[in-house]
Amino acid sequence: MAPLGGLARQPRGFGVVLFLAALAPAAWFVYAVLSDLFFGSSYLGTDPVKAAEHGLGEWTLRLLFATLAITPLRRITGWNWLAKHRRTLGLFAFAYVSLHLLTWALLDVQVGISEYVGWADVKKDIFKRPFITIGMTAFVLMIPLAVTSTKKMIARLGRNWRRLHRLAYVVPVLGVFHFWMAVKLDITEPGIYGLVLAALLLWRAREARLAKASAAAA
Amino acid sequence: MPAYLIDMTMRIPILPSSEITPESAYLDRRSFIAAAGVIGAGLVGAPALGACAAPAADASQQGSLGTPYGLQPYDQVNAWEDVTGYNNFYEFGTGKDDPAANAQEFRTKPWTVKVEGLVSKPGDYQLEDFLKPSKMEDRIYRMRCVEAWSMVIPWRGIPLADVIKRAEPTAAAKFVEFTTLYDPQQMPGQRARVLDWPYNEGLRLDEALHPLTLLVTGVYGKELPNQNGAPLRLVVPWKYGFKGIKSIVRIRLTSTMPKTAWSTAIPSEYGFYANVNPEVDHPRWSQATERRIGQFRRIPTLMFNGYADQVASLYSGMDLRRNY
Repeated sequence: MAPLGGLARQPRGFGVVLFLAALAPAAWFVYAVLSDLFFGSSYLGTDPVKAAEHGLGEWTLRLLFATLAITPLRRITGWNWLAKHRRTLGLFAFAYVSLHLLTWALLDVQVGISEYVGWADVKKDIFKRPFITIGMTAFVLMIPLAVTSTKKMIARLGRNWRRLHRLAYVVPVLGVFHFWMAVKLDITEPGIYGLVLAALLLWRAREARLAKASAAAA
Repeated sequence: MPAYLIDMTMRIPILPSSEITPESAYLDRRSFIAAAGVIGAGLVGAPALGACAAPAADASQQGSLGTPYGLQPYDQVNAWEDVTGYNNFYEFGTGKDDPAANAQEFRTKPWTVKVEGLVSKPGDYQLEDFLKPSKMEDRIYRMRCVEAWSMVIPWRGIPLADVIKRAEPTAAAKFVEFTTLYDPQQMPGQRARVLDWPYNEGLRLDEALHPLTLLVTGVYGKELPNQNGAPLRLVVPWKYGFKGIKSIVRIRLTSTMPKTAWSTAIPSEYGFYANVNPEVDHPRWSQATERRIGQFRRIPTLMFNGYADQVASLYSGMDLRRNY
């Protein structure tokens, strides 16, 4: 199929634009929350800590979804040059989840900062509260994906790399569950994320089935 | 993050010029020490809050806010913008800034309050007539949300006991049930089945008659803004904020424990009593500490939100872990 819009090759500067676009929300949240807390601004409203914590969590999901959307987008548009940007998006997702976790631990729970919060409290949060357990599992599963994202590791792991990176389907499922369980009652927002994720996963399932069918036919 | 950095974290945003009104005498700082009587008293054991806390208001300003009840030495009244811009009022949306955005057109005049059930003198009252016999009081209370954040708020209202006694409960009356207006036309949040509308709440009769329990019509010495539950709401300072039912149209005395909105929605997480208790966690988070809106550092959550001396006796012998 001919690439959509004649974009057989990547437009000049696309990599830089994508990088900056992925960086911008994190830069904004870090700047805004620190400015609100330490310099009296009010960018993030009355509770800047929660706003930053939730915002960074939602951007983690968006970036994870973006990595899953690369292949379907390539198929639909024929822009095969998108493939090489999946790693950038995945690493950004890892950076966002790390900031989300740091915001939670240092600014929200305030472990190591508040004299009223100890590591025992954090341990209890992680192991006794299912939505945090699930979120933390998702984070831990992202570590090997980030670590093995270099060309060297891809070469070294060979076939196992593909197997390992199937976790990229598991992580966003855990992430959406984490979001779903965290809200008090109104599940509209996690519901929307869930629907988008379901669409992305169903597309994958259909591709896999078609591939199997064509292999069987051959 | 080094601790010394955190010690300078009081947020003191500048008030936008549009907010400067004749009432701004006590609004021109984001927050300030409210209770002259408690400043410096019992500072031992008080949490180290910001080193650059906003300056204390002078005595005349405190007088205009009301009488402090149960405040700790470190408590500061929250800013008008906090109190009126950060609200849980699901009838106008589930986001914290939804009520301020969506409640502006809400009509609170005229307003009728029905008092009924197990009383000798039931009645339908125009709000003004309902309030007239009682003396308005300005009281500064601590407010602890079940979501583990808190504020200090200068309410204006009347003791709930006044109106209940006036209605003359019968001997069979054991509980008080409150109901919010049901009007999906005006309350867009009621068009979605998030909670089982209309919102309802309840108190045991002795809780309802407790002198700390207020029926509130104002805040900061002004008429209650719509997003805060105008024109009439409940404030029970030793309970989690969701007990403070808003825009009340009906008060009914009953012999059985009334159904309440949140315990109906998620019975495993929210109970009838909902007393602030640092020792009983919410299943999804700890209730041991809280984040005070407008401040960075966590403060310890106090038993009965700091009102234990006044209310603990209401619950003697009760298992508060089971009766959450």
